[in-house]
Amino acid sequence: MIRFLLKGLIRDRHRSLLPIIVTAVGVMLTIVFHSWLTGVLGDSIEYNARFSSGHVKAMTPAYHNNMQQMPNDLAILGAGQTMDSLRELFPFMDWVERIHFAGLIDVPDENGETVIQGNALGLGIDLLSPQSLEAERLNLEQSLRTGDLPKQPGEALMSHEFSVKLGIAPGDLFTLIGSTMYRELAVYNFTLCGTIEFGTTALDRGSVIVDLQDARLALNMEDAAGEILGFNASGYFDQEMTGEVIKDFNSRFYDEENIFSTLMISLRDQNNMGTFLDYSTKLVGLLLVIFITAMSIILWNAGLLGGLRRYGEFGMRLAIGEEKNHVYVTMIYESLIIGILGSVTGVFLGMIIAFYLQKNGIDLGIMMKNASIMIPSVFHARITAQTWYIGFIPGVFSALIGTMLAGVGIYKRQTARLIKELQA
Amino acid sequence: MKKLTVPFLFILYSLSLHAQAPDGKEIMRRIDQNMSSDNRFFTSKMIIHSVRSSRTLESRTWTRGKENSFTEYLFPVREEGTKMLKLGDQLWIYSPSTDRTLQITGHMLRQAVMGSDMSYEDLMEDSKLLNHYNAELTGSEKVGEHDCWVVELTAFDPGVTYQGKKLWVDKDRYIPLKEELFAKSGTLLKRTELSDITNIDGRWYPKKIVFKDMLQDGEGTEFIIGEIRFNIDIPDYVFSKGNLKK
Repeated sequence: MIRFLLKGLIRDRHRSLLPIIVTAVGVMLTIVFHSWLTGVLGDSIEYNARFSSGHVKAMTPAYHNNMQQMPNDLAILGAGQTMDSLRELFPFMDWVERIHFAGLIDVPDENGETVIQGNALGLGIDLLSPQSLEAERLNLEQSLRTGDLPKQPGEALMSHEFSVKLGIAPGDLFTLIGSTMYRELAVYNFTLCGTIEFGTTALDRGSVIVDLQDARLALNMEDAAGEILGFNASGYFDQEMTGEVIKDFNSRFYDEENIFSTLMISLRDQNNMGTFLDYSTKLVGLLLVIFITAMSIILWNAGLLGGLRRYGEFGMRLAIGEEKNHVYVTMIYESLIIGILGSVTGVFLGMIIAFYLQKNGIDLGIMMKNASIMIPSVFHARITAQTWYIGFIPGVFSALIGTMLAGVGIYKRQTARLIKELQA
Repeated sequence: MKKLTVPFLFILYSLSLHAQAPDGKEIMRRIDQNMSSDNRFFTSKMIIHSVRSSRTLESRTWTRGKENSFTEYLFPVREEGTKMLKLGDQLWIYSPSTDRTLQITGHMLRQAVMGSDMSYEDLMEDSKLLNHYNAELTGSEKVGEHDCWVVELTAFDPGVTYQGKKLWVDKDRYIPLKEELFAKSGTLLKRTELSDITNIDGRWYPKKIVFKDMLQDGEGTEFIIGEIRFNIDIPDYVFSKGNLKK
């Protein structure tokens, strides 16, 4: 029977082509919409994770209590040993040391006299180790406006806007004046090797990025790190997995009584990210329910109209003696075949678009020009396991339900009325 | 008779005490005589006890009057060759690792000197009390085994770092053994304890001062003076910016 129905669908394009196109478009839109929404919200979360929170963050409880002040005097001492333990216990995550600092950037003239000064927020990350993923994680290569990434100790990156304000260009020398972890005056020379632009005012206003070892030398932080960040190998935050890591780590290294023990917290516990995560998950869910309901109504309606349009045909088939049940079942089978074909086509097309958006993203930098919070300028779609079936299920079942409802009419047909319809 | 004797003796004692007690201004003058000098040279050791560790720095300092001061750090290696020059109300620091001479101004003056409990403002302060404060003798207390005058100082100079001071001044040697330094709001900012009082060239001078910044964690900073010489000839070039890079 299936073969017979397939032949019928192929030969009678009126019965198949439009319903398949409608279903495919609906499923495709659902997939693209789902992956885009998931990606946009995920990008905002991951952007914060990469620059600030990590998927998990280890620090001393004392540092945690004053985190906004970047208190390097409360940093983790013996950070190398902590890193070794982390890599051994949780090898499925990438662990990195970071040092945040604030200071004054002093630009000298040829005699060493101050020409101009500006306040800066600095970040020390591992830029020079060959195996480090930090430059890639912070998208530094793509953010370069002038010059190059640091290739040797003593080189630094500066936000482009800040470098213009200070009147310096790659190759120029500047001095960082700050405070060491022992609260001494820190004075350290850097050579500007490149300028960067992230497209976010919060980062572009006055950022300096230096190699971790230079930050350690400048701030007298030998074998110390303000924070140790952990990133899930998949690149995305996994609440369940990070929860397990945190539980295990804190049971080994955290001591409530010791403000200099090591405490690990989740991305959720930083910068109100927990609220944002919950809110975004609920928002994605709500938008998807609205969208899928709308799509389902359209597909259901298409199934309904398709069934109603064929009332004459059903009348004829009943008139020549076909059983009502048989007509109904064939109609449902046909709808199922159309639904599956349309949904498979929709998933295929939707996934192509979603993959493209996941890989390349869309640059909304112009819209983000004056954003003062840390959000990315390029947004990507994100394909999850849910993406594969989120459009397929309504694609198949909405049209099927529509057809089933339309088909109920078959059982109400009276033979006398059928003859009248045929005569007309 | 016995009933009358006790109050009489008390009144007599009080009167005699009042008669012996110098006024606040006189106490400040005598402190200044001990603590201030036209010029001096000293070597010192600063032991900084932070919450997590202790560090020692060594330096040598030349001062001339209240205007000029030059300090060179000798230890540890990281700080070796770092120099500080105070000329009037200006302060420069030379960092040998960067070969930069930086002027310390504005909010940076409130930062800790080498991570200690002393700020650059403390270094900039004119040590002569008479130039900045009115004093009131408020009582008498013992600090350790020493009888002290308790003197409360109120600044008449609005530019001075500490708008209020409470001193416990040794009655015999006219040297403060304890100080509390207050902000204008009355907040206690610092506490110092002066000990190892030594007679040098006819003046009493504390060879050990413990500073405690009350707004910071940590156990305070010990400032221990080694060699000290008063009223010596110091060449002009010592207090010049050119000397920073030498």
